[in-house]
Amino acid sequence: MWNDVLALIWIVIKILIIVLPLMGAVAYLTLAERKIIGYMQCRIGPNRVGIRGIGQPLADGLKLFLKEIIVPSKANAYLFILAPVLTIAPALAAWAVIPFNQDWVLSNINAGLLYALAMTSLGVYGILMAGWASNSKYAFLGALRSAAQIISYEIAMGFALVGVLIAANSANLQDIVLRQSGGFFHWFWLPLLPLFVVYWIAGLAETNRHPFDLAEGESEIVAGFHVEYSGITFAVFFLAEYANMIFISALASIMFLGGWLSPFEGVPLLGSLFAWVPGIVWFVTKIAFFLFLYIWIRATLPRYRYDQVMRLGWKILIPVTIVWIVVASLAVELHVGPWFNY
Amino acid sequence: MNRIKHWVKSFTLWELLLGLKLTGRYLFKRKITIQFPEEKTPVSNRFRGLHALRRYANGEERCIACKLCEAVCPALAITIDAEPRDDGSRRTTRYEIDLFKCIYCGFCEESCPVDSIVETDIMHYHFENRGENIMSKPMLLAIGDKYEDDIAKAREQDAPYR
Repeated sequence: MWNDVLALIWIVIKILIIVLPLMGAVAYLTLAERKIIGYMQCRIGPNRVGIRGIGQPLADGLKLFLKEIIVPSKANAYLFILAPVLTIAPALAAWAVIPFNQDWVLSNINAGLLYALAMTSLGVYGILMAGWASNSKYAFLGALRSAAQIISYEIAMGFALVGVLIAANSANLQDIVLRQSGGFFHWFWLPLLPLFVVYWIAGLAETNRHPFDLAEGESEIVAGFHVEYSGITFAVFFLAEYANMIFISALASIMFLGGWLSPFEGVPLLGSLFAWVPGIVWFVTKIAFFLFLYIWIRATLPRYRYDQVMRLGWKILIPVTIVWIVVASLAVELHVGPWFNY
Repeated sequence: MNRIKHWVKSFTLWELLLGLKLTGRYLFKRKITIQFPEEKTPVSNRFRGLHALRRYANGEERCIACKLCEAVCPALAITIDAEPRDDGSRRTTRYEIDLFKCIYCGFCEESCPVDSIVETDIMHYHFENRGENIMSKPMLLAIGDKYEDDIAKAREQDAPYR
């Protein structure tokens, strides 16, 4: 009995160790986004709060926290409040299976990849619910777009994950990472390059980020599913979106860039030179790279038209993944190269 | 051939990479932001902002109430009443500019034979109450007195081009 309580407390502590830095990362990701996009547009971005705008996320958070939560009179108040909760919960729950380092994982389940896919897909229910409960046409349109888009890209993403599954011969994220050990060119990004690209594009769409941010589409449907939200409920949607971004980046680095593994593994001099660096440093660096890519793409590409989004998802990404699954299966069957010779 | 080229280009994300290259280059370019209240962009000496009435160096007001500015004003923003002063010279008793009507075209300044009415480079001003948009003669003269140095300098810089 007493041991159970202790175990429970230990789990809660572990959850806090994951969630609190994640929240901090989300806060500073918003600042990084504004700064980097500003720099890419020859501006300098926020610089008034603290030194070079370092306090900006705190100021934003405080502002949103103190603002009134407005529930539209025609809205379904119950679902309206529930929606942001349903968006953030899976975004945070998904982190349970992410291995930050060898054995640094909250729950090392065997179907980790499946769980991660399920959790990222669940987020769409919050968006749908928000759009429906707001009882506003813009919110409704945003929710419809988001639902159709996420369902379409789920398939491409799922197929990309199938490729990884075949290559790694396991759905356990830790096994997937360990299967890639042996240095930069042993990671799955090389044999599964098309799947990597497809996964990344689908990941952009899945998190409703540019150039697939039709669910928000501020120039067409104001702010999409969250037009009617204000204050902390709006902040929760934002938190979920950015947490999902970080999660997709983490998953991408686990599946294609070898998670916590050092890129210099096996290289004669550099390998031993960087051997002391803890795995989590590499992991965070890889996540940061993907997050930068998110922001970079946002600063570069205009928004897709809706039919273009659907065309890309159904007529290009899915065929590409199917073809490459066949290629990957053959490669595994024939034990090709340094990746599959087990 | 073109179709193959197009096909290869779209599957290697060629255009996308070119776009990323462009924004990537801009990431390291010099930033051109002006920190407004502390820094300001340069203002042309022909800038047409808030109006002012000038005086001669001996303190005599320049305006001789010829009413050319009133006549030329396309927005009918200027209202002038004039009477002979005690010493017999012709002066305005009332010189008002409605800043809500004014379109800041600068015709009044162009038409003035004695360089009395001018438009300064003052652009940050506001009104807090109704009626403050009407600039009366004392107000215009006060602005002229306060910024005479700047006004004279701007006219002098622009003189070779007129």
